Amino acid sequence: MKTKRTTPAVSIKDLGIVRSGKPVLSDFSAEIPKGKVVGLIGPSGSGKTTLMRAIVGVQRIKRGTVTVYGRPAGNAWLRRRVGYMAQTLSVYADLTARENLDYFSAMMGARASETKALIADLELEDCADRLVQNLSGGQQARVSLGVALLGAPKLLVLDEPTVELDPVLRRKLWQRFRRLARAGTTLFVSSHAMEEAEHCDHLFLLRGGRLLASDRPAALRRRTGSLTIGEAFLKLVGGNS
Amino acid sequence: MNARRTLATAKRVLLQLRHDPRTLLLIVGVPILLVTLLRYVFDDSPAIFQQFGPIVLGLFPFTVMFIVTSITTLRERTSGTLERLLAMPAGKLDLLLGYAIAFGVMAVIQALAVSAVALGPLDLNIEGSVVSLVAAATLDGLLGMALGLFVSAFARTEFQAVQFMPAVVLPQYLLCGLFIDRDQMAPLLRDVSDWLPLSYSVDMIERVARDTAITSELTGDFLIVLAFGVGALVLGAAPLRRRSA
Repeated sequence: MKTKRTTPAVSIKDLGIVRSGKPVLSDFSAEIPKGKVVGLIGPSGSGKTTLMRAIVGVQRIKRGTVTVYGRPAGNAWLRRRVGYMAQTLSVYADLTARENLDYFSAMMGARASETKALIADLELEDCADRLVQNLSGGQQARVSLGVALLGAPKLLVLDEPTVELDPVLRRKLWQRFRRLARAGTTLFVSSHAMEEAEHCDHLFLLRGGRLLASDRPAALRRRTGSLTIGEAFLKLVGGNS
Repeated sequence: MNARRTLATAKRVLLQLRHDPRTLLLIVGVPILLVTLLRYVFDDSPAIFQQFGPIVLGLFPFTVMFIVTSITTLRERTSGTLERLLAMPAGKLDLLLGYAIAFGVMAVIQALAVSAVALGPLDLNIEGSVVSLVAAATLDGLLGMALGLFVSAFARTEFQAVQFMPAVVLPQYLLCGLFIDRDQMAPLLRDVSDWLPLSYSVDMIERVARDTAITSELTGDFLIVLAFGVGALVLGAAPLRRRSA
């Protein structure tokens, strides 16, 4: 019996990326299923940001293909349906949170009412009219996340979204990601914190620009006989080197 | 191109400036201070002020907008906002025209303020109309903006961006006919100055100061400066690539 496989949200084939003469990703192939939270885990310098930039379509690639919702990454149709939160703040520090959201909303072609809803949703009401440069790290990160959420994207690519956050906010954010996925959004979230991996439906373990493993968190632990993802990662690294 | 995005960008740049009152004060205040100094340094020979005053009125917007734009664009590049915008539906033209509108507004405000002080309390006389003077000064501001945008593509840090000012602007000061008439320059320098936009902008302002009517020479200068500005904008747009290494 054949089960009909739905097309993945993102399909990467034989991706190779070279930056300043050094290969960052080589022969990278992977698929991100629709409506799931997929985690990208790996030490810093393993190529996580480069991979995310390739999916968003802002990274120059040397070989291979990146297809998002059936279209080449970064094409015009996708630019209004993919939300991207980079590791750098990427909002205007000399504007208020509200002004940032208003501006990016106009650029995204989103509805003006969305800004207000996002401010409430991200619990930014108290600081919405203060300049971003005067906000705390966690508040700044939420403004940047808010910009990525504008226009209700089908795919959210979030590069270390929880790095500045305290444990309470971190937990809330993962709950939000879960709700978004339930509503059909595909999320691709990077982290170098292994304990966050447990929140994901599926994990890519990345090391030195190569895909070390691609599996569900529970399966990864079982396969390696580990209690935590961190332990599984270390065992996989040990087995490979 | 999309009018909503262009206007949103213009509004955003102006909002950024509004949140930075010190920069606003410098943009408007420094030229007023300098033109006042020029007037009193040559207190004993008012003819010199009458000769150079109008030219200087055109140089301010050019220089200030060059610096402001090159730093603003560089910041946009290094902070990641440019990459974010280019990953959105926004087109390059939306950004460039938005910048042009915002800095154009600033150039008009600056030109109006400096002209008001120069033509009023400082007794600068020009034959042409105030409208022509402000239009010429604004165009100079837009030219500075376009060049600043272009050179910012070659700067990696703010230090470098600031150094582009003396590198790109000061040689043009020397060759534009401000210190010595272009006809009296060595032939080689004269030929070089024919290719520099500031030469035409000085020529343009001098005509506004000298002629009552809007002559075809004045319109010609205006169009040449405009063409240089558009050319620099087009060159400045080229490095705004969606994909980077």
